[in-house]
Amino acid sequence: MKNKLKFTWDVLKLPVIAVIVGFIVGAVCILIAGSNPATAYAALFRGSLGSIPSFGETLYKVTPILLTGLSAAIGFRCGLFNIGSEGQYVMASIVTVAGAWYLQGLPSFILVPLLLMLGILSGGVWGGIAGILKANMGINEVISTIMLNWIALYLSNYLVRTVLNPSTILGDISKGHTVIVPDAARLTKFKEFIPAFGYSSAHTGILIALAAAVGMWFLLFKTTLGYEIRGVGLNPQAAEYGGINNKKNTFLAMFISGGLAGLAGSVQILGLVYMVNQSTELPGYGFTGLSVALVGLSHPLGCIPAALLFGILDNGSRQMQLSGIPKEITKIISAVILVFVAGSLLMKYVPEYFEKRKMKRSGVDGGKQASAGAGKEGI
Amino acid sequence: MSKVVEMKNITKVFPGTIANDHVNFDLEKGEIHVLLGENGAGKTTLMNILYGLYQPTSGDIFINGSKVNIKGPISAISLGIGMVHQHFMLVENFTVTENIVLGNEPSLLGGLKLDMNTATQKVRQVSDEFGLEVDPDAFIEDISVGLSQRVEILKALYKGAEVLILDEPTAVLTPQEIEELGAILRKLTDEGKSIVLITHKLKEVLSMSDRVTVIRRGKIVSTLNTQETNADELAELMVGREVELTSEKTDKKQGDVILSVENLVVKDHRKLDVVKGISFEVHAGEIFAIAGVDGNGQKQLVEALTGLTKVASGKVKVSGQDITGAKPRKVIEAGTGHIPEDRQKRGLILQSTLAENLILGYHYIKPFANRGIMNYKEIHKHGNTLIQEFDIRTPDENVKAGSLSGGNQQKVIIAREFYKDPQLLIASQPTRGLDVGAIEFVHRRLLEQRENNKAVLLVSLELEEVMNLADRIAVIYQGKIVGIMDAKDASERKLGIMMTGGSLEEEGVRNHEE
Repeated sequence: MKNKLKFTWDVLKLPVIAVIVGFIVGAVCILIAGSNPATAYAALFRGSLGSIPSFGETLYKVTPILLTGLSAAIGFRCGLFNIGSEGQYVMASIVTVAGAWYLQGLPSFILVPLLLMLGILSGGVWGGIAGILKANMGINEVISTIMLNWIALYLSNYLVRTVLNPSTILGDISKGHTVIVPDAARLTKFKEFIPAFGYSSAHTGILIALAAAVGMWFLLFKTTLGYEIRGVGLNPQAAEYGGINNKKNTFLAMFISGGLAGLAGSVQILGLVYMVNQSTELPGYGFTGLSVALVGLSHPLGCIPAALLFGILDNGSRQMQLSGIPKEITKIISAVILVFVAGSLLMKYVPEYFEKRKMKRSGVDGGKQASAGAGKEGI
Repeated sequence: MSKVVEMKNITKVFPGTIANDHVNFDLEKGEIHVLLGENGAGKTTLMNILYGLYQPTSGDIFINGSKVNIKGPISAISLGIGMVHQHFMLVENFTVTENIVLGNEPSLLGGLKLDMNTATQKVRQVSDEFGLEVDPDAFIEDISVGLSQRVEILKALYKGAEVLILDEPTAVLTPQEIEELGAILRKLTDEGKSIVLITHKLKEVLSMSDRVTVIRRGKIVSTLNTQETNADELAELMVGREVELTSEKTDKKQGDVILSVENLVVKDHRKLDVVKGISFEVHAGEIFAIAGVDGNGQKQLVEALTGLTKVASGKVKVSGQDITGAKPRKVIEAGTGHIPEDRQKRGLILQSTLAENLILGYHYIKPFANRGIMNYKEIHKHGNTLIQEFDIRTPDENVKAGSLSGGNQQKVIIAREFYKDPQLLIASQPTRGLDVGAIEFVHRRLLEQRENNKAVLLVSLELEEVMNLADRIAVIYQGKIVGIMDAKDASERKLGIMMTGGSLEEEGVRNHEE
């Protein structure tokens, strides 16, 4: 038991220390800017957790980044760097709007799950394209997903201007966004059944995201597919030796990763924005998702507190702004946290590497340090 | 005789281990002194201290009677100590001379031009003096491994080494090359140089050295005159218990053909043929060995048989089932076990736990998985059982495979592959880098397969191992099998000649020493 606790702390200390250091550096910056860090942080937490409605606001910010965080995490686990969450999110958003509009005759309890499935599928296909390119032709997924991001964005913009524009469908004047998702397709807002949520836009999407996190944990650590995906991620050569099909698993991991990003898009459309706007830039949730996955140590359950942290920083910054402290401070805090998590991961593995090399050179038996790094769900 | 090197009470502590524990070691002028010990015993650490790569935690070093402080390799070299590492440190596309003067290039015109003529002359002169027979203008990529090693020795001599440390020098050599190395070392000591040989091979100790110091778990066990000892005594000193050096084999009749390979051709990533039409059969109840110098197509042959590399042409059958070009999973399902050459890259997922490593290859079938859901209770139970049964030294099954020693990692692989009870076991260099105790274990397990009427294909660079275990031996040279013989008819000399492309018929006519 004591060992288990020690192990848990060994794993968790990286992000925990990083977060603490992030807030310390943030405090120094606030001081330099001539304000009181205590006031600033009080405002930050009051604004994000201080009341049920403000907590609700945090929750709706957490929803998409938790899902894109999971998307990045499963990619990392298979040794893939899926930068394409952005594009997968965009594709799913536009497909969801289209689906909601053309299938609006269906009853809500069929329509909503169907649209979520459509979102997962379209994100999955968009990610799967990069997966196939990687598996069969060895094309680096970073390059292909970046390109697919922009293809998705401009495809989406084109559809917004043409077939999905209110002017085409309803004969209105031309607008910068699509038709609006009908009521039957929307996710329920918390305030509809818990009035205490007041003005907040929190919706049941957060429950979907949490379920996805648990689902991904089960997939990665309790199923054969998860075993194979992790095997391919950690050592593709050994996986191949063990009869694991690297190509198939690379494709599946990209498909699932894309599907999660797609789910993020769907949930965001059906829960919050109800339409897709014409845009010149990518929505950014996918990139935040990479940060979430890093701070969450690529563990599906670790992504939950990580996403909550980024949600708090995002939502609380408004209250901070009102107290006269520049909200960019929160950007500094998240940047420092990221640098420290990435850095501390380096600090963790680099000494290990040198240790190993030293041992190899000196011929010291590495087995004596065996008990140190034990754990069944490694990073 | 005077002592050129004396190391007194050397202790070196690494975090968590004591690599050297109050070690005393001395080297006399003109002797070859072997430092013998298992992997991880601390012999390389001791020599790295002498060469200045490590600083001792405590203890003193004396060179020619005066106390010295060796801060790094540069000060070691200035004291006349040279070291030849196990892995050569040579630039492939430089000439011998360029490699030797690297870092200390003679120049003309105040550093504007390299003075290669002087350098070449000096290299040739040193080479001739010690009978190294190295061509100063040859490119490293064109010369053999044995010659590359001589270049390393030459490099040390060129820098004025009086004391030469050789770390596992024979690991990469053919029997003939080992003989030649022995002659060269003798010549060097005749000229007054002193040599420390690091090795864990007993045969070389006996044939090459004057004295031997045995080191076990960081401590000196004994220093002996080579002439007054024998292999059994040394093995016992080294391991700390009695060791069976040769394995007993029962006579067995060959069974059915389990593996048949017909005209197998395999290409490498440059699309060149590396396996050029190989045919052989392995029977039940037999160990069939493929001997050869490293890099003659063994790796590609094994990978083609196990589905890890594409087969260009030819046919492979296991127990009558055609597995030519099949995916690894199908090869495994046909009843093949595989102990891969590179256990860390191929055989294990180092960052995963032992429990997860111990099911790799059958992780998708009952009882470990059912309809795609893993049964971790069974997996941990299985892990524990195998850890017990194969005596894997680890606190428990949740330890990461990467934190085990090489011998224990190999045990993990063997445990996993044996659990499958394979009809055919393909073992590729199964004892590489292992110590005597672990080698004994591996050999016993391979013979056990044979006893149980299973087929074993053994690919090995170690002739002793091949001759000790195999029923039949094939020699591979440049992608072709140059001959297959009964182990009873084989000798190290015969195999050695075939391994370097010579043929036995010509043996009588041609002098084999080229």
